[in-house]
Amino acid sequence: MSAVIESHHDDHHHGPAKGFSRWLYTTNHKDIGSLYLWFSFIMLFVGGAMAMVIRAELFEPGSQIVSPEFYNQMVTNHGLIMVFGVIMPAFVGLANWMIPMQIGAPDMALPRLNNLSFWILPAAFGVLLSTFLMEGGAPNFGWTFYAPLSTEYAPPTVTFFIFAVHIMGASSIMGSINIITTILNMRAPGMTLMKMPLFVWSWLITAYLLIAVMPVLAGAVTMMLMDIHFGTSFFSAAGGGDPVLFQHVFWFFGHPEVYIMILPAFGIVSHIIETFSRKPIFGYSSMVYAIASIALLSFVVWAHHMFTVGMPIAGELFFMYSTMLIAIPTGVKVFNWLSTMFKGSLTFETPMLFAIAFVALFTIGGLSGLMLAIAPADFQYHDTYFVVAHFHYVLVPGALFSIVAAVYYWLPKWTGYMYDEVLGKTHFWLSFISVNLTFFPMHFVGLAGMPRRIPDYAMQFADYNMIVSVGAFLFGLSQLLFLFNVLKCVYYGKSATAEVWEGAKGKGLEWTVDSPAPYHTFETSPDLTNPQTNN
Amino acid sequence: MIIFRIILLALPLISLPVFAGWDDVNMSPGATALGQEIFGLHMTIFWICFAIGVAVLSAMAFILFKYRKKEGVEAAKFDDSTFLEFTWTILFALILIGMSIPATITMIRAYDDTEGDINILITGHQWKWQYEYIEDEVSFFSNLSTSLDERNNLAPKGENYLLEVDEHLVIPTGARIRFLITANDVIHSWWVPDFAIKQDAIPGFVNTGWTQVNEPGIFRGQCTELCGQYHGYMPIVVEAVSPEEYKEFIFQKKEAKLQQAALTEKFWTTEELMAMGEGVYQKNCVACHQVNGEGLAPVFPALAGSDIVMNDKARQIEILMEGVQGAAMQSYAEQLTEVEIAAVITYTKKSWGNDASGTGEIVAPKEILDYKTNKL
Repeated sequence: MSAVIESHHDDHHHGPAKGFSRWLYTTNHKDIGSLYLWFSFIMLFVGGAMAMVIRAELFEPGSQIVSPEFYNQMVTNHGLIMVFGVIMPAFVGLANWMIPMQIGAPDMALPRLNNLSFWILPAAFGVLLSTFLMEGGAPNFGWTFYAPLSTEYAPPTVTFFIFAVHIMGASSIMGSINIITTILNMRAPGMTLMKMPLFVWSWLITAYLLIAVMPVLAGAVTMMLMDIHFGTSFFSAAGGGDPVLFQHVFWFFGHPEVYIMILPAFGIVSHIIETFSRKPIFGYSSMVYAIASIALLSFVVWAHHMFTVGMPIAGELFFMYSTMLIAIPTGVKVFNWLSTMFKGSLTFETPMLFAIAFVALFTIGGLSGLMLAIAPADFQYHDTYFVVAHFHYVLVPGALFSIVAAVYYWLPKWTGYMYDEVLGKTHFWLSFISVNLTFFPMHFVGLAGMPRRIPDYAMQFADYNMIVSVGAFLFGLSQLLFLFNVLKCVYYGKSATAEVWEGAKGKGLEWTVDSPAPYHTFETSPDLTNPQTNN
Repeated sequence: MIIFRIILLALPLISLPVFAGWDDVNMSPGATALGQEIFGLHMTIFWICFAIGVAVLSAMAFILFKYRKKEGVEAAKFDDSTFLEFTWTILFALILIGMSIPATITMIRAYDDTEGDINILITGHQWKWQYEYIEDEVSFFSNLSTSLDERNNLAPKGENYLLEVDEHLVIPTGARIRFLITANDVIHSWWVPDFAIKQDAIPGFVNTGWTQVNEPGIFRGQCTELCGQYHGYMPIVVEAVSPEEYKEFIFQKKEAKLQQAALTEKFWTTEELMAMGEGVYQKNCVACHQVNGEGLAPVFPALAGSDIVMNDKARQIEILMEGVQGAAMQSYAEQLTEVEIAAVITYTKKSWGNDASGTGEIVAPKEILDYKTNKL
């Protein structure tokens, strides 16, 4: 990131401070965006290392390298870190970098809050990871932490986990307030809501989702805290409480949460596809309405995660139908992306490759999601590797690929330098092959009956698990190439033009500023009221 | 040529299931009417999704190939088509309605919870299942029987590695069996794929599921809700037998219950208690307290060198009979017979050097019976 310091065009009244205090005290949206992205990148390797432990343990039947207890700690922390420490901070980082530049604002609306919402995040993960060094070990009850396994039967470190979740929630809420305030108040004159770039739209809706559900998560963990330390019985049947209540509360948070992790990806992919198709996005307004309806539906589908808890049949049917409805806006989006590429003039630079893989593999994840929505069939799929395959298809080649695509797409704008295209394409093809090798066979073992979250398995699952492990190791290694490429770009890249991509002309305000983007952009708002000067 | 690369890459993936058997890649076709019906529904939904997937991905491959950038060809400018968007929205809705009809019919059939000919109460414990035949008042526990050597790769793994138990849940063919499913500690989930029953076992709740098996056979399943460190080690084995054999099974279980009562009154030698105690310990205690009695700090305390084990017989009996409130230690009063409890206490008192520094006394089955009687 030092490239940003060295090469920025110092035509404004002040530049960044020097040294560590620059990052600690910064209120600059670009600095904070970089902090979020680097934090997320580091956590990707931490959470990824845990996935490698999991896959090494599952390489063959029989006990391999870790105990069942430690295996559960790996599964739990892998999930928590990837969800709260990688995907969400990466999207917030992208929002910080791009939203002000895309709407023609000088910075985020609440810069000090912005600094705080980032800096409490490493603190939260410090608390969470420190539990590995404590007596009793780290949380071991799965990232969904169902009570009473996470209350009466939890290791003593659960209290640190609760504290960490509270801080992560606070960080997300502050970030969301900032994003909503920025988008609603600081758009350039003439940029009406329905002229906003889709990434901005997707984040506006995501931020509302976050504000709606993060307090619900905080409520869930607070009730846990009360049960553990203050003698209440919210989730303890013996005390008149209800263990299923926990699941309802958790998934009322949890289902909108999974869309929080995919909606910004929709925005990113829309931008990349229109740029490399050299065509405007197809069906802009239906894209906006689709994101909004997915977000609204996400509040009424939560119990499809709980088809086997023994709900009354009316509940099962309601949540089955409402879940199936989500397929409509999602299908609309996929068709819109295809129509954007239709009759375009396509080139396949690294961001486009990742975006295309996103559309193809997200479609597979969406279709397996549709299968999971069918309640009676879900009796067989529930809590098997079929589910693991499904959500990894939407989160890895889905959310994660979109983030990687976004980094390749905007990296020249951030640093002023081009990444190495050959290296980028190599990274893509290795990732694409290994991600499918990792997650596709999981569908098979899941259908054949392998439950999730088990440290050892029956003999009939052996072959596919070995393939999955090999794929996972390859995928893990490939991401080192990504790190290398980013560093190479920052330190040794060739200079990039302001427009960067041939097809980026007229595709957003960020392409009208220099590369690298000056430390302060749009100190005077661009005027978009006159269509002639629009971009 | 991106399209050929994609096809080339897809080939090995598509061919994976061809090399493996179909059973290894697909759901159990079901051993009961309900199982078969859900399998049929699964296949219907699967083929619809497969067709959609193939259509979308081939359209995409076509577009990627056909509209790649060429010299002198400009990209089109259109960005909207209300007609198209309207059409495919309606199309999606129709497909979904088509899928929801068979799903709803199957759902209603699966939710039939009228009384069964035989009602069996299933209770999930960390990490074993308890089966109670309500009408016949027969109850027993079912533990994983795969040896530790197999799990630690010290012995070759058997065909049913991790899917075998010491006591099968025996059910008669041709009868309607209703399962009442609950749990004693954390949430478990009882799943037998061939029956298409997966119901969470939740403390304080009783869920139901039912089945009717017409052909004798053995059906295996596993716990499917994370329930602690040995979640992967609590399988389910159901054995369907003819009604005659089932009657015999129930008769044997009742006989065994009577014999246990007689055994409690018998005089037991130290050697007999130690031999039995070791077996009981291996089956019920090693998971937490470990083979060497060292436990796993801080959750599972050590028994080796424990003051209670060495010197406080009354308290040790109480712990085994009542469990420890707020800890993982459960009550074994119903899981083990009086003889087994006496034997395992004796075993812990005499093992790992405990007899050298402690009392090393033995506990007679009668003392456990007395504890029970006094409690009443």
